Formats: sequence, C-alpha cells, structure tokens
Amino acid sequence: MANVFAFVESRAGEVRKVGLEAVTAARQLADKLGAGEVHALILGPPGIAEKARQLGQYGADLVIAVEHAALTNYSPEVATATAAERIKSGGYRAAIFSTTAQGRDLAPRVAARLGVSVVTDVLSFDVEGDLLVVRHPMNIGKVIATLEISGSPAVIAMRPNVISPAQNPKAGRVETAQPAIDPESARVKVTETRQGGGGKLDLAEAPVIVAGGRGLKAKENFKLVEDLASAFGNAAVGATRAVTDDGWRPHSDQIGQTGRLVSPELYVAVGISGAVQHLAGMRTSKTIVAINKDKDAPIFKVADYGIVGDVFEVVPALTEAVREARKHH
Amino acid sequence: MKIAVCIKRVPDMDVRFKIGSDNASIDETGLKFDINDFDAWAVEAALQLKEKNAGSDVTVISLGPDVVQETIRKALSMGADKGVQLKADRVPFDGLTIAKALSEELKAGAYDLILFGKMSPDSSNGAVGPMTAELLGFPCVTAISSLEITNGKGTAKRELEGAQEFVEFSLPAVLTVDEGLNAARYPSLKGIMAAKKKPLEVKPAQISNPQVRVRKLELPPERKAGRIVGEGAAAVPELVQLLQTEAKVL
Amino acid sequence: MPSDFYNIDSALSEEERAVRDTVHAFVDQHVLPVIGDCYVEGRFPKEIIPGMADLGMFGANLPEQYGCAGLNNVAYGLIMQELERGDSGVRSFASVQGALVMYPIYAFGSEDQKTHYLPKMASGEIIGCFGLTEPDYGSNPSGMITRAREQKDGSWVINGAKMWITNGSTAQVAIVWAKTGDDQSDKSIRGFIVPTDTPGFTAKDQKGKLSLRASDTSELVLQDVRLPATALLPKSGGIKSPLMCLTQARYGIAWGAIGAAQACYEEALAYAGNRVMFGKPIAGFQLQQQRLAEMLTELVKGQLLALHLGRLKDAGTFSPQQVSLAKRNNVSIATDIAREARRLLGANGILAEYSSMRHMANLESVYTYEGTHDIHTLILGQAVTGLNAFE
Repeated sequence: MANVFAFVESRAGEVRKVGLEAVTAARQLADKLGAGEVHALILGPPGIAEKARQLGQYGADLVIAVEHAALTNYSPEVATATAAERIKSGGYRAAIFSTTAQGRDLAPRVAARLGVSVVTDVLSFDVEGDLLVVRHPMNIGKVIATLEISGSPAVIAMRPNVISPAQNPKAGRVETAQPAIDPESARVKVTETRQGGGGKLDLAEAPVIVAGGRGLKAKENFKLVEDLASAFGNAAVGATRAVTDDGWRPHSDQIGQTGRLVSPELYVAVGISGAVQHLAGMRTSKTIVAINKDKDAPIFKVADYGIVGDVFEVVPALTEAVREARKHH
Repeated sequence: MKIAVCIKRVPDMDVRFKIGSDNASIDETGLKFDINDFDAWAVEAALQLKEKNAGSDVTVISLGPDVVQETIRKALSMGADKGVQLKADRVPFDGLTIAKALSEELKAGAYDLILFGKMSPDSSNGAVGPMTAELLGFPCVTAISSLEITNGKGTAKRELEGAQEFVEFSLPAVLTVDEGLNAARYPSLKGIMAAKKKPLEVKPAQISNPQVRVRKLELPPERKAGRIVGEGAAAVPELVQLLQTEAKVL
Repeated sequence: MPSDFYNIDSALSEEERAVRDTVHAFVDQHVLPVIGDCYVEGRFPKEIIPGMADLGMFGANLPEQYGCAGLNNVAYGLIMQELERGDSGVRSFASVQGALVMYPIYAFGSEDQKTHYLPKMASGEIIGCFGLTEPDYGSNPSGMITRAREQKDGSWVINGAKMWITNGSTAQVAIVWAKTGDDQSDKSIRGFIVPTDTPGFTAKDQKGKLSLRASDTSELVLQDVRLPATALLPKSGGIKSPLMCLTQARYGIAWGAIGAAQACYEEALAYAGNRVMFGKPIAGFQLQQQRLAEMLTELVKGQLLALHLGRLKDAGTFSPQQVSLAKRNNVSIATDIAREARRLLGANGILAEYSSMRHMANLESVYTYEGTHDIHTLILGQAVTGLNAFE
C-alpha cells in the first residue's frame, strides 16, 4: 500500500477547482497503487481548513490545512518548504500538483528539494511496477510523449480539465498544521494578487472557452466574444497570438505557441482561421465550434461543428440563442 | 551587476514534426533551430539591466552538443559578454539532470541574477529554472512579465489564470521570463561580427542519471473531421440544438 | 524554407545566416505589415530608416573603422535579398545609400570626407542620393550635360539636371556626377558631394509612377550651385568612377531580385495549397504544378548565381561583366516569377493584400534601372565577342 500526496491550490481564501482535480487524480492513483491513502495539503488564510473539508468528498483521507494570515497570497517559499517537509515525512509514492501558474512554480521547487524530477502538464498516468508512466505534450502539443518516471516520490503536475473532479467520499479528516517556515522570513513575497476583471473565469479552469482571432477586425469587437462568454455563464475568453501581439488582449489570454494549451469541454473559435500553433494549443478540447467567413479556413478541419458566416452576424445570434437555452435549464 | 542567462536551442515549432526511427525522439531532418523565444526575452532582460547598470556583465550558458554554440553566439551578437557551453551529447528531458549540471556551473559564478525562459517549447516542462534556483538555494520568481530592480531588491509581476501576482524579492535571485516582459532585439550586423571575438568557453556538463526517460513519442490523433452546420445566423438554432443534445455541453 | 530547395543555407557561414536572419526578421516585423499600404499611398516608409540603421544595414560591407558593419559581400548580398523580399523600393533605398553614396565616398573620397560622412550615413543621420542619369542620357551617361566649373579660388559651380533619382527628395546629400571639362569627352566626369540644402539645388518628386511606388524617385535641378573645393571626390575621374558604383549596386540587385522572386514563389506556393477549386487545392492541378516547378527552377538557378558571384567578389576575382550577367538574369527571372505568381493567385493576385503584383510592377523598374536588361545584353555581347554593339 502506498499513499499519494495532493497539493490543493487556493486563491483568495477559496479552494480552486484544480485542487479538486488534484485530489481526484491522487485518489485514482492511490487506488491503482492498491488502496493507498490520499493526503491533501492546502495553504491559505484562516478559514481555509473549513473550506477544505469538502476535499474528503473527492477522495482525500486526510486534509492537512495550513492556515496563516500571511497566506492569503501564494508564498512560494512557505509552500515549497511545507510541501517538501510533509512529502518527505509522509513517505509518499507520488505527489500531485496542478499545471497552473502556481503549480508550475511550486512543483519543480518541491521536487528539486526532494532530489527527484518532475513532469508537468500531465495528461494521464499509469502505474507499471516501479514506474509511473505518464503522457505529456511536447512541442507545443504537436507531439505526445510517454514518459517513465523512476524516481520516488514521483512528482507530477496534472493539466487542468483532463480529470474532472469526481465524488469518491473518504474520511477527509482535517488536521491543521503550521507553515514549515515563518512567512515573514520569505525572500520572495507576493504583495498582491489582483483579479483580472469582475468574476472572469480563467482559461485553465473554465469548462467553456470562447476565443477570438483577427477575424474580429478590431479590439473593440472583442465585446462580441465577451458577450458570448457571459451568455455561457461558465466561459473564459481566449485569443490567438495575432490578437495578443496586436495588444487587443493581454498575453495571458493567448492560446497556442508560447501561450497556453487548453482542454475545455467546449471551445468556440470566433474569427480564427486556425494557424497550426493555435490548433496545437486547443485541439484537445472536447468539443470545438468554429465560426468563420472563409469556408476553407483550417479551423474547420478540427471543428466538430462549424458555421460559415460573418462573425458580426452569427455571434450575436448565437449569444442570444445560448442565453435562451440556458434560461430553460 | 553580474547576470547569467541560461538558454536553449530549440526547433522552430511552425512545422509538422516527424517521429524518429527509435520512436522516442524527433526526426530533426529539415528542422530549423534557434534560441527559445522565452530565453531570448531573458537575454533581452539581462541586456536591458546591463544598459541601466554600468559595469554589468552578462554570461550566457547553454547545455548541449556543439551546435548550441551557434545559439550562444546569437546571444553574444545581441550583446551578451561571454558564453559557456556545457558540453553534452544531447539535452536530456529530465529537468533535474539539467538543473544539476547548470547549478554546478552557476554556483561558482557569484551571479546577482540568473535568468531563464519560463519554459522551452520542445520539452514543454518548465522545470529547469525553479529547480536550479532550489539547488542553488536562491530566491526564485517564475514566469515574470514585468521586472524592476533597484538597490538589490526586485519587484516583478506574474500572470496567473485570470489574475496577476505582484512579487517582491531579494537578490541574488533566479527569475524565469514569460512573454510580454519585453521584445527581444535582433542581433545587429555589427553585433554579429563582434560576437566572433567574444569568449566562448566549452566545459563538459556534469550529467547525472535521469529519473525521467522518454519511452515513446507519437503524433496526437487527428481530430475527426467535423461538419459545417450551415451558413450565417440561420445555422445558429441547429448548432445550439447539437450542443445540447449531441455534444451535451450546453 | 520552401524557397531553399537546394539547401543553400548549408553553403552559408553561421555569420552569413545570422545576418540574413536578422534582416529577415526585421522585414517580417517592420516592412511587410506596412508595405502594401505604402505602395498604394505612394510613399516610402521613412519610419523604418532608424531601425535599418540601428541594425547596421547601410554600407554594411564597408569597414568598421567608418562605423560600418564590415561584412563580406555574401552577407551584404543577403541583406539586399531580404530587403527586396519586402519590397524593391526598400532595397533600392539601402542600395543607393550604401553602394551609390557611401561606396563612392569610401572609394573616391578624401580621409576627411570619409570620416565625416560614412559614420553619419551608416547611422542613418545623413541620407544620400546618386545623381548620374539625366533626362536625355540614361543608357548613355557619358553624354551627360551637367557641368561643374572650377572657380579661381578652387571652388565649383554646378549646373544641370538629373532624373530618376532614388531618395532624391529625402536625401541630405547628393553625389552628383558632372563634366568638368569643356569638350564632350567623358574623361572629365567627376563626382561631387552636394548638400541638398545648398542654394540652387532643388529636388522634385516624380509623380505618376506605376512601379516602385513605395520609393522616393525625384528629379534634381542644379542651378548655379556653388560648392567649396572640398566637395569634390578627389579620387574620382572619368565615367569609370560612376560605373564602378553601378557595379556595386548591380551586384546588390542580383541578390535583391532573388528576394522578390522568393516572396512571390512562396506566396504562390502557399496560396496554391490553400485555394480550393473544383473540390481540391489548386496545387493539385498539373498546370499550377508546372508553374511552380518552372518558378522554383529559375529561382534556384538565380540563387546559385548570386551566391557564386558573391564568393567571387569576396575573393576579389569578379568582373563587372559577371555582375552584368547576374543582374540581367536574376531580374529577368524574378520578373517572370512575379508575373506567374500573380497569375496563379487569380483575381486575388491583383490585390495589394498579396505581394506578387507589387513585386511584378516593381521589377519592371529594376529591369530598367542600373543598366537596362538590353544594355547588359550588349555588355555581355561585347565581353564575349570583343565587338562593341552599343553604337
């Protein structure tokens, strides 16, 4: 029997959805390893322990909650020290993080401190004897690697959205703990976490992404994309490289190439012709819808459903129809 | 300020990749290689700091076979002062192995700042920067999109999913650079000529046993060709119907 | 790169490739996004001059001691190739600045002239133009009417008119070629550095061009332009001097035309792969494949010609006649490639959004200037037969 560690991210005192996914993944891995336990670590401001109680529902046997007033913002050094110490003393077979801005920062540090390697952006995993075998996209998603991790604990960071949080209730005993180092002593301090706009969902977590390209013609027309995203209610806004290069959207919204690789339930491409780099960034989306005036645009080759037409005509109609459809649910 | 920038030579991603005959590597025939974009932005950041702080010195370090010298010389032609090649037959996938080799070189350098790109597009793992920081015991800020350094203290911004983090850190530090920090300069033609005369030291890389091994590479499955639902706004009702009943995403 | 079918990249040194890549990236970022509009508006994109200067593109094959990059001639040729991949007007700008103004100052100027002008021209602070051709003397520059009269105090007074002068209205200095003797002989032709703000000097934009629209082409009038003795390029003498400049410029054109041809070939190839007609990409039709095959074949031959000429020039063993052959061939095949590309693009090919028709129209000027195609034919004819067929 081998136990699995899950690091659960919080932001602004709330458990993030990727944290539920990490626990779900850890549960799956622990079961593959043979009825091991899942221990979930969460850091946050006072009150996070209570919020973390729900992790038991997703398969955590034990929740270790580190509450500290200085942990409203992410503290890389506190998180690294606390996670590494816990993983070392817990003798885990594997430690699971999330491939987010925080997880990408934290997982490699923790792994290095433990003297083991790390694989981020993991799509799936399996146990083969002493090896943890994972799938990981390379070359901006144009190649899929199968990797063998021989070190123990195996440290991996899951790509968001590839594992849906699943109910699998376990004891979920909550234990509070102290940060392994004094947050005040940290040499790196996050002084502020500024949310990017009211209630905006992020690309990593949103089940739906509405992305816009050059076909929108001008920065102000991105409102069409935002309106459609808000009609879905659970959608984030993304953009192509051309659009972020032109300054219509921040670089953090860019999908593909140097930007993000995303796998939402639904991806709506608005006025995107489908440059290979962009396609590589979104092709693992479960359902793809494309709206473009050019019927030969490459985006239609990957889209499940396409509408050929003027985005300025089709998108408002779709926004209205989606709004109607959701009203009746 | 003494600055090191760790750079990687990567293939141009704007191609259809082929898998090599061993099924565990990329067929490099016909690929065009250049400095990783993120690393070029790291070099640019170092050069801007050098221009602001008289007496600064920028060293670029790259691990790999002799072909990486061309990538090092590109950074030298942009304006870096000297290069170090940590010679290895190939660049392993395992980020820890690379971080160990780099930290062996870096720890003797008394650097104030060590810069990396936030990730390389080929291995797409993003581990080397923060792992190196950890091995050196340096403070580290990853994926920065702004940077300010005054009196031995730094501030930076990080783009999160749907938010931004503002970070303070002390020097010496390791930073990894995200898109948006700057636009990398082109090597000027004079810079290209000058780079030939700048020192480029070659040392064997200390390569330890990797804990991650590539078993297999494959191309992602082609998506099944979809269908055009229709033309113009008239096709919207059917699309919504399909999203509800067939794809079940609405 | 689809246009490097013969892996010519492998025949370039690392430094030559680095130079090419820098200029390539510059053109992608600063020229291609604006050049279509510039062409339609009929303006040279002056805003790119500082960037070109910062990267060291002006007079790049001249020595470092004068603030230049000190590149070899192949690297210089690659700069011309990449600039003309953007537009012939942009390449012309750099050709004139480097080969027709900086080069004569370097080759025929005094040390004072060199140290004064060359660094400022390399940095783009001073832009130059080259006045040789006259309204009635194009292919026969020896017949020029412009006269420079030496005054008793050693100063000069120039009278005359020059036409088809690239950069004429932009330039701060003009290299003006004038006869200094009383007879019709071309032996008295000498070069002068004329600041364009000298009283009596006027430049007038030539309107109505249907080619090289993104380029400043002007007419120069010199009416009693008084210049100090130091304006003379002391080592210039006879028609041979301006012809030496033209050899430099023609060398760059032989490379530049390849850049234009590459742009057209790559545009046509990409278009053929994407454009669907009768249910498949037009690249799948034999007629278009023949077009592409012919374009590619001529392009590769031209690339090899330019490269070998560059190697000869670097070895110091090239002849002006070899330059004539390369200019004549490469511009001619580029003109054909541009036209075929435009045709392959169908109706879209006439839009400024695509580059082929712009290159096609530009190349008609390039075909005509710096020695027309026909004049180069006669140069070659004379070279191989020993017989003069010019007159």
